[in-house]
Amino acid sequence: MDILPILSTLRRHKITAFLVIIEIALTCAIVCNAVFIINQRLDRMSMQSGIDEHHLVHVLMADIGVTKDQKARSQEDLATLRQIPGVASVSSVMQVPFGNSSSNAGIKLDPKQNQPTLNATLYSGVNVVRTLGLQLMAGRDLMPDEYIDFDDVVRAAAAKDAKSVPHVVVITQGLAERLWPGQQALGKQLYISDWPLTVVGVVKELIRPYIENDAERSYSMILPMRESRGEYIIRTKSPQDRDSVLTAAVAKLKEINSHRVVLKKQTLDEMRHDFFQNDRAMTGLLVGVCIALLVVTALGIVGLGSFWVAQRRRQIGVRRALGATRSNILRYFQTENFLLATIGIVLGMVMAYGINLLLMLHYELPRLPVIYFPVGAVLLWIIGQLAVLGPAMRAAAVPPVVATRSV
Amino acid sequence: MSGMFVHNLRLGAASLRRNVLLTALMIMSIGFGVAASMVTFAVFRAVSGDPIPQKSSRLFVPLIDNRGPQYNRHGEPPSALNYVDAMALMRAHKAARQTMLFPVGLSVMPDDPHRMPFKAVGYATYSDFFAMFDVPFLYGNGWGGEQDDARAPVIVISRALNQKLFGGSNSVGRQITLDDRQYRIVGVTDTWDPKPRFFDIFNGNLYADPSQIYIPFTYAMTQHIDTYGSNNCGSDGKRGDSWDSWLQGECVWISPWVELDDAAQVQAYRQFLDGYAREQRDAGRFNWAPNNRLRDVREWLDFQHAVPPESRISLSLALGFLVICLVNTIGLLLAKFMRRAPEIGVRRALGASRADIYRQFLAEAAMVGLAGGALGLVLTAMGMLGLGLVFEPQIARLAQLDASLVLLTLLVAIVATVLAAFYPTWRAAQVQPAWQLKSN
Repeated sequence: MDILPILSTLRRHKITAFLVIIEIALTCAIVCNAVFIINQRLDRMSMQSGIDEHHLVHVLMADIGVTKDQKARSQEDLATLRQIPGVASVSSVMQVPFGNSSSNAGIKLDPKQNQPTLNATLYSGVNVVRTLGLQLMAGRDLMPDEYIDFDDVVRAAAAKDAKSVPHVVVITQGLAERLWPGQQALGKQLYISDWPLTVVGVVKELIRPYIENDAERSYSMILPMRESRGEYIIRTKSPQDRDSVLTAAVAKLKEINSHRVVLKKQTLDEMRHDFFQNDRAMTGLLVGVCIALLVVTALGIVGLGSFWVAQRRRQIGVRRALGATRSNILRYFQTENFLLATIGIVLGMVMAYGINLLLMLHYELPRLPVIYFPVGAVLLWIIGQLAVLGPAMRAAAVPPVVATRSV
Repeated sequence: MSGMFVHNLRLGAASLRRNVLLTALMIMSIGFGVAASMVTFAVFRAVSGDPIPQKSSRLFVPLIDNRGPQYNRHGEPPSALNYVDAMALMRAHKAARQTMLFPVGLSVMPDDPHRMPFKAVGYATYSDFFAMFDVPFLYGNGWGGEQDDARAPVIVISRALNQKLFGGSNSVGRQITLDDRQYRIVGVTDTWDPKPRFFDIFNGNLYADPSQIYIPFTYAMTQHIDTYGSNNCGSDGKRGDSWDSWLQGECVWISPWVELDDAAQVQAYRQFLDGYAREQRDAGRFNWAPNNRLRDVREWLDFQHAVPPESRISLSLALGFLVICLVNTIGLLLAKFMRRAPEIGVRRALGASRADIYRQFLAEAAMVGLAGGALGLVLTAMGMLGLGLVFEPQIARLAQLDASLVLLTLLVAIVATVLAAFYPTWRAAQVQPAWQLKSN
C-alpha cells in the first residue's frame, strides 16, 4: 500500500483530518489517565484488612449519662454476648477497622528523640487478635495477665507510675518493616512518649480504622488494655450467623441495661462497603465516562468517514474504473484511518503524560506506568479500525460506473 | 427579521430530517457531553459552594500555635484550640462577636416512658453563635450573654427535633431531659444546615446530618460534658487522667470563630493574637515566636480541602469530555454542511448573501444544540437519579436538578453547538456559486 497518495489527499483536507487527530488525541489522553485512576481505586478497594471480615459484626452502645460501674457492666455484657448461639468470640474494643475513628500515638525508637519517627494507631481489648482473626507471623499473642484496665493505664501514665502501664505490644509486619527494615522486630523496643514497649508479636496485617495516607495504612499496634466503653466486636462461627447474632446481641444488651442507646450495629462487610464508598463512586463515574468517550469518538470517526466517502465517490469510481480492486479501496481507507489514529495517539500520549504530571502535582497520584502507552495505542487503533470499517466497506462497494456519471 | 429567523429554523428542521444518521450522531454527541458535564457540575456546585455567602468574608477562625515548631505539621498550628486559649479569646472579647464550639451527643429521654431514648447531636457553644451564623428561628431565640455567664441549663433545638418531640408546636419554655439533665427550651431553629458545615471542619462533619441541639458551652463545662468529636493531643501530648488536667493541657478540641467587620478590625485582631502568643511566651508556656492564623470562611474551606478531590477530578474530566464532544460536533457539522455545497451554490446564485448563508446554518446548528440540550436534560435527570449509587448519600442529596441547572444545560448545549458551528458555517459560506453550478 502506498502511503504517499493518502498523505497528499489528507493535505487537502487538513481541517477534517486535524479534527479526527485531535479527537483521538484527547480521548487517548483522558482514557489513559482515567483507566489509571480506576486501577488505583480498584487496588485500594481490594486492600487487605488482615481481619476475618466475613465472620465479624460490630456493635457500639452509648450509655445515657454517666455510668458508675462501667467495668462490671462490660464484663456482664461480654458474658451475655458469648452465650448467644453462633458466637465464636467477643472482644470489648476501643476502635475497629473501617470504623473511621481512631486513637493514634507518635512512636519513637529512642526516648530522647524530639520528633516521633511515625504515627501509628492503637488497638486494644482482651483477645482482639483472636476475635479479629489476625494472622500471627512471629512471636506470641498478648497474655491474659498482661492486660491492664484502660482507666488504670491513663491514671498510671499521669502519675508517672511506670509499673502500671503496658510493657508489651503486638505490631503489624508493615510497622515492623518500617521501624526496623530488614531486621527481626521481636524483642525490640519502641516508645510512646517516654513509655517503653517491647514487641512480643508480629501480625501479618491490621489496617488502621481511618486511613489518611495509604502508605501508612498498616501502622497498627495492639496494646494489652482492657476496654469497657460499650464497643464490641463479635466473631461468628459462620457468615450465615451474622444477622441473627447481630439482632440477638442488640436485644440482649438492651435487656441487661436499657439505659443506653445503640449507636452502631453492622457487619464488617457493610463497614468495608461504606468505607470505600468514595472510591467506588469515582470508579463508577470514570468507567462511565471512559465508555461514553470511546463511543463518542467512534461515532465521530463513523460520521467523518461517511462524509469522506460520500465526497470522494467519483474519485473512487475512477480508481475502480482504472483497475483498482475492492480490497484496494478498502485498504486505502483503513490505512488512512491508521495514519490519522497514529498521529492522534502520539499526540495523545504526550497529553496523557502532561495530565498525569498535573494530577501528580495536585492529587498525589503516582506516575503513569509505561505499559499504559502501548495498551492505549492498541485500543485506539482497534476502535479506529472498527469505526472506519462501515464507511470503508461502503466505499469499496462503489461501482466503477460512477466514474461515468456526472453527479 | 424574525420572520426570516423562523424561516431559517424551518429550513434547519427540514435539513435535520433529511440526514437522520448524521443528525442523530450530533445530537447524541452533544447530549452526552452536556449531561456528563452538568451532572458532575451539579455535584461540584453542591460541595464547593459558599455555605454562608452573605458573611463568609467577615467570619474568621483564629488559631494559636500551642505545640511549637517541633510538633507541628508543615509549620501549621493545630486546627482547633485548647481550653486555655479558647477561654483567653472569649475573655479578651476583642471581636465584634465571638464564639467557641464543640460537638455534643446527648441521649434524649422522651417524656413518654414507652418511647425509646435516642441520641441527639449538636453543639455546645456561646450566645453569639446564632447571630454570627445567621441561624433562623421558628420560635423564640438563642440564649443571651447573661445565660452564658450564669452557666444556665438552657437549650435551642432544631425544627426537626421539635417536630419529633412536640409535634411541631411552640415548645419555648418547656423542659427537655438529655442524659438525666433538665434543660429549658429557649428557641427552636427553623431548618438550618449549611453545606459544607464550615464551622465544624475540625471534626470532619462537613456533610453530616443536621444538628439538633445547641447548649451553652459554659453549662457543658460545669457538667463535664465531653466532646462528641475529635480530641487531638498531638504526637507527644497526653490527655491526663482527670477533667481538669484535660482542660489545662494542650489537647485541642474547640473550634473558635470571630466576626470582624472590616480590614482594620482584622488587622487589630491579628495584632491581638500575636500579643497574646508573646504573653504566653513571656510566661514560659510557649518557647517559640507567635505563629497564629486568622482565616475567613473561604480560606478555611480551602485550607482544609473541604471540596472532595473526587468532585474536582470528575468535573475536569467531564469538561474534557465536553470538549471532545464539541470537536466531534464540528466534524459532523462540517460533513453535513459540505454535503450541501450544491444547494448553497444555487442559493448564492439566486441572490442569497454570505450573511444569509451564515444565518441559515447557524440557525440549523442552534436547532441541533436545542435538541442536544433536550437529550442532555433527560440524561442529566437520569444521571442525578444515579448519583446516589455513585457518590456518598450525604453529597448526592445536595446535588439537585433545579431551574438554574435546567437553563444552564440548555444554554451550554446551544452556545457550544453554535460555537462549534462557526467553522463549518464559514466553510459553507465560502462556497462559490458559479463553481458549484458549473460542476453540475
